[in-house]
Amino acid sequence: MKVTVFVSPKITVLDPQGAAVEQAMKSLGYESVEGVRVGKTITFEMEGSDSPDSREKLDKLCDGLLSNPVIEDFRYEIEEG
Amino acid sequence: MRVAILQFPGSNCDWDSEHAIRDVLGVSAHRVWHKARLPSETEAVIVPGGFSFGDYLRCGAIARFSPIMHDLKEFAERGGQVLGICNGFQILCESGLLPGALIRNDCLDFRCLNQNLTVENSNERFNQNTLGGSLVLPIAHGEGNFRADESVLSSLEENQQVLIRYDGNPNGSVNAIAGIRNSAGNVYGMMPHPERAVCSHHPCLDGLPVLKAFLEPLLGSIPVEVNSG
Repeated sequence: MKVTVFVSPKITVLDPQGAAVEQAMKSLGYESVEGVRVGKTITFEMEGSDSPDSREKLDKLCDGLLSNPVIEDFRYEIEEG
Repeated sequence: MRVAILQFPGSNCDWDSEHAIRDVLGVSAHRVWHKARLPSETEAVIVPGGFSFGDYLRCGAIARFSPIMHDLKEFAERGGQVLGICNGFQILCESGLLPGALIRNDCLDFRCLNQNLTVENSNERFNQNTLGGSLVLPIAHGEGNFRADESVLSSLEENQQVLIRYDGNPNGSVNAIAGIRNSAGNVYGMMPHPERAVCSHHPCLDGLPVLKAFLEPLLGSIPVEVNSG
């Protein structure tokens, strides 16, 4: 299965990069843009299929390495095949 | 060897730390590779600054999984003295040995300057009597913006775990926090670089009282002959 993990700064945490990008978007004429957050995506292949067991493993991986729960949230998508 | 200075791929303040501890303060110190075991005679550990593992993923995120971190955690749990400086502070936060996290500076610039700091009365070693009311120490970081949730922040403040604060907050840290300790008082972390302020050719000598405060349990009451030449 193919996994895509999306990591984003927690809504309660200041995102200096997001604020700078928002400013740039506004100066480009996109004045109505609000709430820009800059995160990252991590993609990888993993053996197995979408199951409670794989999701438990993925939660652990995302919580323990791919994101820092103090400052970031994560979600992931699984593509079978 | 009394002080172990951890060396990760990308550490770059390891030699400076060794020089400050061994050559200036006269305490036996050696660099220890991240894949080695922590020597059993270790009395204090410095996790130095730099860009461990290229700062990939998050600053300190990969170093946290280095083999030596297992020994470091055990050492800290037994009450061993640990000081993380700059990237070392980030590594200690990532590994859960200190609370909070360090994110991108709010100005988005890499801040490299001699920073004025205010000393807090934290414990019997880190206070305004031992360090003076204010310090000047070099800072050099892009991700020094300290963050913690409300409850962690209020417990840090209530338990007097804040060691030093920035004057004129250069990176947006909450409550201008530049350095903290754990509640037990044996794990310390700070963004400023005391090891870069110990010699006459350095910008100032304010790193000396900071490093001496950290090493106080090793130094005991023996007066330290400082060679700042």
